[in-house]
Amino acid sequence: MAALTLIVRLDPVFLGIVGLSLRVTLTAVCLAALIGLPLGALLAVSRFRGRLAMIVAINALMGLPPVVVGLVFFLLLSRSGPLGGFGLLFTPSAMIIAQASLVLPIVIALTRQTIEDLWAGYREYLQSIGMGAKQAIVTLLWDARFSLATALLAGFGRATAEVGAVLIVGGNIAGVTRMMTTAIALETSKGDLALALGLGMILVGITLLVNALAFGMSRIGVRHAG
Amino acid sequence: MLRWFGVLIGVLGLLSGQPVQAQERFITVASTTSTQDSGLFDHLLPLFTQKTGIQVRVVAQGTGQALDTARRGDADVVFVHAKAQEQKFVEEGFGLRRFAVMYNDFVLIGPASDPAKINGVKDIATALQTIAEKGSPFVSRGDRSGTHVAELALWKAVGIDPAKAQGNTQNWYREIGQGMGAALNTAMAMEAYVLSDRATWLSFKNKGTLQISVEGDARLFNQYGVMLVNPAKHPHVKAKDGQTFVNWLVSAEGQAAIGQYKIDGKQLFFANADQQGA
Amino acid sequence: MPDNLNPAVALSVSGLSFAISGTELIHPMDFKVKSGRRLVVLGPNGAGKSLLLRLCHGLLRPSSGQVHRNDRHLPGRRAHAMVFQTPVMLRRSVLDNVIHALASIGVPDAHIRNRAVEALNRFGLMGLAERPARLLSGGEQQRLAIARAWALRPDLLFLDEPTAALDPSATRLIEAMLADLHGEGVTLMMSTHDLGQARRLADDVLFLASGSLVEASEANQFFNHPQTGQARAFIAGDLVW
Repeated sequence: MAALTLIVRLDPVFLGIVGLSLRVTLTAVCLAALIGLPLGALLAVSRFRGRLAMIVAINALMGLPPVVVGLVFFLLLSRSGPLGGFGLLFTPSAMIIAQASLVLPIVIALTRQTIEDLWAGYREYLQSIGMGAKQAIVTLLWDARFSLATALLAGFGRATAEVGAVLIVGGNIAGVTRMMTTAIALETSKGDLALALGLGMILVGITLLVNALAFGMSRIGVRHAG
Repeated sequence: MLRWFGVLIGVLGLLSGQPVQAQERFITVASTTSTQDSGLFDHLLPLFTQKTGIQVRVVAQGTGQALDTARRGDADVVFVHAKAQEQKFVEEGFGLRRFAVMYNDFVLIGPASDPAKINGVKDIATALQTIAEKGSPFVSRGDRSGTHVAELALWKAVGIDPAKAQGNTQNWYREIGQGMGAALNTAMAMEAYVLSDRATWLSFKNKGTLQISVEGDARLFNQYGVMLVNPAKHPHVKAKDGQTFVNWLVSAEGQAAIGQYKIDGKQLFFANADQQGA
Repeated sequence: MPDNLNPAVALSVSGLSFAISGTELIHPMDFKVKSGRRLVVLGPNGAGKSLLLRLCHGLLRPSSGQVHRNDRHLPGRRAHAMVFQTPVMLRRSVLDNVIHALASIGVPDAHIRNRAVEALNRFGLMGLAERPARLLSGGEQQRLAIARAWALRPDLLFLDEPTAALDPSATRLIEAMLADLHGEGVTLMMSTHDLGQARRLADDVLFLASGSLVEASEANQFFNHPQTGQARAFIAGDLVW
């Protein structure tokens, strides 16, 4: 089948698209992790007015439609928009920012849930040895690392699968901002189904791999630390 | 708060950016999906880059959207095929001058089953009238693209408002709001007629049971124009490199390159930068 | 915190009470915990023993009254530590659990590992050092919890029903550890509903029922000459509340 030929032949355009997709999505997930893990943990251990409302809001943001995120950043990053001075529209950086915004609510919500459960068990002990909030968060995040890795993989899965946000802020420029999902959309519309299918297979393959990793993570976690 | 957010985005953008590409010389061209889908750019742009070292990044959208992108300053050059809209763009001050570049033609595509029985008809007006009367399915791009604008002009010329016209069947006129490739896919699936530019048609790889129903009528002529975005309106526009591209397109070299692009031995675009009134 | 507490008194409580949503769970009480002795907080389930310990340790804030502690938290040690009924094990190895506790109280990096190893060796747990703490048996986990608390060099150790969930052989090991600690001069304040354990371990007794301090006296006095009807009934093995 023509699709398999492209994969086996390691066609350079094909590889470029896959490489860019991985680079953008991995960077986006790292960004979301850097911001979301501490925020999620903070939300888990803090108590303040409006906390429940914030939790509900973040849970709702998990279902944010990617196209809407794309549209919002398009308006923000356009040269005519408030952040236009950075010239980020139609660049991979814009795609990273958009995807990070999609992944962030997932990371925060799942982190909060995981850490809150752990905190319930640890709280009295950590308070007993006089731990401050910051130290406690570090302890919690480290102890929950396997569950948190699963949360990050979930975020990765969502970012890898979306096409709306990266299409709008990236512009699907050949060799610059063309990712697997946007390339599939384009090649399908051009009738070049072989390339579209090839990319689709890689995409599904990556999704399977990510799920297998997530499963493996939780198993290792249990075996390693109980 | 917004400013802090902006700084954060800027820093993150820089950090995650690709240092290699930051040093690359490039211009952003807003163009149409038909020019992209036909493969013309894949042929043309490497020649330009080789000569000048300037990379061309094409954002392919419908004509209306491309012009809006240029108005917002998100592109340096705009290259579309809707003369009236291009002239308005210049009048508004967003473009300094419009240059004619090339033309291709539209063809009316239809299913092999030919429900309106118009295959081979020479007059596009007759063909469209028949389709409307019989209520045969017709797919429209509906996306303010050059093709869409041309299609609407053709309907207007025969005095039909397709949105209002009723045929034997309801809803024979179907607007999908997407590019040419998607429109062809849809037409094939629905066994419908669709107006396409010849270039996209020839390079389309999923023709299925579709074929050319009507071609050759002078009213199916499709002119392309290119404009540099006015640096007075958007100071950050890469005026020098953008103008280099515009100049190259209308130069002997660029025009020759356009004429050289063929699919299955057929020339798709005809360079006519020197044609008066194009 | 008043630093002028009589050194013979590890902790004293005056007018202490605790209520949640208007319901008073600990009725106003006063008592003193004498240094170096073993105070057992005895009483049936639901008497408020766990609440009382948490109030004394500072995990809960009293609704009224005061807890006077000697909070001499010097660098590298905590004046008080607590062991819970269900041991809280971090998701790490046995050794790392102790290391974590030492690090969090500010022990200099160079000394942390040594002190951790010392704590495990002291109580015969070094053989389990690399095992994930959560995979230990209940008895082993509780022994680790006590060793971990000891590593912090507390003056006063709170224990909330430490052996309630353990079998007799594990209980015996725990009680031996506590005897060790007592021998070192650590003040112990421990709650239990087990009469026999109270007899074995107590120097002093606080007898609680339904949130009230019913009787407070030296152990011999309490077991042989209980003053109140409730205490008598409890010692006789009746249900008391």
